[in-house]
Amino acid sequence: MQVPAHVEYERARSVEHALSLLSRYGPEARILAGGHSLIPMMKLRIAQPEVLIDINGLTDLCHINVSDQELLIGSLARHSQLLDCEAVGEHYAILRDAENVIADPIVRNWGTVGGSLCQADPSEDLSAAFAAVKGIMVIRGQDGTRTVSAREFHTGPYETVVGPGEILVEIRLPVRPGGGSGYLKVARRVGDWPVGAVGAALWLDGDVITDVGIGLAAVGARHFAAPEAEDYLRGRPATQEHFARAGEIAAESCQPIADQRGPADYKRHLARELTARVLAIAARRAYDQGSAG
Amino acid sequence: MRVTITVNGTEHSRDVEPRLLLIHFLRDDLGLTGSHWGCDTSNCGACVVWLDETPVKSCTVLAVMADGRRVLTVEGLARNGELDPVQQGFAACHGLQCGFCTPGMMLTARWLLDRNPHPTAGEVRAAISGQICRCTGYENIVRSVLWASDHQDSRS
Repeated sequence: MQVPAHVEYERARSVEHALSLLSRYGPEARILAGGHSLIPMMKLRIAQPEVLIDINGLTDLCHINVSDQELLIGSLARHSQLLDCEAVGEHYAILRDAENVIADPIVRNWGTVGGSLCQADPSEDLSAAFAAVKGIMVIRGQDGTRTVSAREFHTGPYETVVGPGEILVEIRLPVRPGGGSGYLKVARRVGDWPVGAVGAALWLDGDVITDVGIGLAAVGARHFAAPEAEDYLRGRPATQEHFARAGEIAAESCQPIADQRGPADYKRHLARELTARVLAIAARRAYDQGSAG
Repeated sequence: MRVTITVNGTEHSRDVEPRLLLIHFLRDDLGLTGSHWGCDTSNCGACVVWLDETPVKSCTVLAVMADGRRVLTVEGLARNGELDPVQQGFAACHGLQCGFCTPGMMLTARWLLDRNPHPTAGEVRAAISGQICRCTGYENIVRSVLWASDHQDSRS
């Protein structure tokens, strides 16, 4: 039987209240959102926070808003919300694709977007997806709000730039026309972490790639990204040949490690192959959207 | 900490430790043993109950997180003495063998049919993809849910 160690519990009434509780209790306090990473770790006694600060009642962090310019995702939005939001799928199919393969439908009902990002598991699909689309992370502390690029958010495995007195409150994405995106994951079964996964978003002017983002999970990509492959693609036509070369570059820049999900060379193979394939999917969707508009 | 949780329409107030998991609150504090405590790692889905409007894995939710919320367990599926069509479907189609996964499967099936009254077999499989039947009786579980889909239109 797995039971968490003794822990105190506080329920935040507002973001300000949560921040003041974090300040009062110090670094041994933990924000409790969906709890689907934290509670299993507490049950295994890998995590033993002294105080849980429950933010599940903070409805002002649950939003998903879309305007002409921006997609705003509250950190407490559940995975299922992101999956079910039509506007998200329309502007950023990569997020819909990724959510479809994150955990399972029941876990997605309660696990949160912000919780997944802050857990910072090196295999986290959303971290790769937001790295690909260069999301802006909005972090609040008692001294105010700051923003950090998704690619600067993670400082290492299970580590982010969010300080002990801070909360990730929102993720912002620009809404830009002429783009397409997608996410591909190879996993052993539903609910498992990826053996390897790659997401991509690209923007076209005619056949030419004007901008592109590539995010990789579980294959040891620095900051979940492949900037060298992106540099190679920018300004080139969207062809299979170029996508294949970008896959090779992305695979070379990864440092996968062997574990129970697969050997390192297989993960590198996945990085290469999935990068090429998902770029093709993103390009097709960009064309489709261009012809529809 | 004092919590008040409405389970199957009845309000229950109890003093609980913050570390108490919802599954143990339901089974040990309230004696509602229909929800099963399985893998303890949010993989198997035997502990699925509804928290407000959606099914969750209650081994990964603290009882204090359910304070002020509604919980639906398998004991609350029947209405006015009549089994939910999902329960009838499991009976009609032999949807259970040992029965351990059954309550969680039924609660997810009810959620699916509320959102999608006429799912395909593939959609049923996707809905229960986070739940494990170690008798491997998935065929009949899918049949049971589809039976419920075919027989529930006269309900409500």
